[in-house]
Amino acid sequence: MKVTVKYFGLVAEAAAKSEEVMELDETLTASELKVQCLIGLAIADKDSVQIAVNQNLDETITINDGDEVALLPPFAGG
Amino acid sequence: MDKKKPKKVFVQGAIPPEKIATSVANHQSKTNIGAHSIFLGQIRADEVEGKTVTAIDYTAYEEMAENVFHEIREATFTKFDITCAHVYHSLGKVNVGELCLFVFTSSAHRKIAIEATNFLVEEIKAKVPVFGKEIFEDETHQWKVNK
Repeated sequence: MKVTVKYFGLVAEAAAKSEEVMELDETLTASELKVQCLIGLAIADKDSVQIAVNQNLDETITINDGDEVALLPPFAGG
Repeated sequence: MDKKKPKKVFVQGAIPPEKIATSVANHQSKTNIGAHSIFLGQIRADEVEGKTVTAIDYTAYEEMAENVFHEIREATFTKFDITCAHVYHSLGKVNVGELCLFVFTSSAHRKIAIEATNFLVEEIKAKVPVFGKEIFEDETHQWKVNK
């Protein structure tokens, strides 16, 4: 299955990209996909990164084909 | 009153101070209003290890952020007896001393408007996927985190 992964803020900086299409050959939860995406990235506090699946921040969600996934560092609005 | 209309929150660059005056003027015909409450976020020249912040470059997960802004605004109307609520947030580079957030609520009486504005600001800071790169005078940067 294919998912679109979007990177933001310090995660985009560490990954040196803002978006990619990933091919997954196993069923993953959002939490598991987050760990996989962050492997090898120079991010001091990986626990502070949230993952949104189709804009939903529930990390127990199972990823489905065609989902839009976003890796979100700590919010800094205002 | 204008509860159901989704409004675009993001503006490119700093929010001009004139926008605040114009917004106030636009509400003078709504004579059931007795109080406006306004919050303005301004970029602060923080000092970090001897370096001074000169600007914040804002980015966002825009589609999600606009939806979350809308949900927060709807929740504010449910929770408080307000007449109007307006929110504007910057994207892109905003220099120190310039405005990056404008929250404006109106009600018949002051307490409700003040509480509604506080609620909106706290919810925005906690829930909206906006990211801020603090740029120092030597062009290095660090990532802002809301406290």
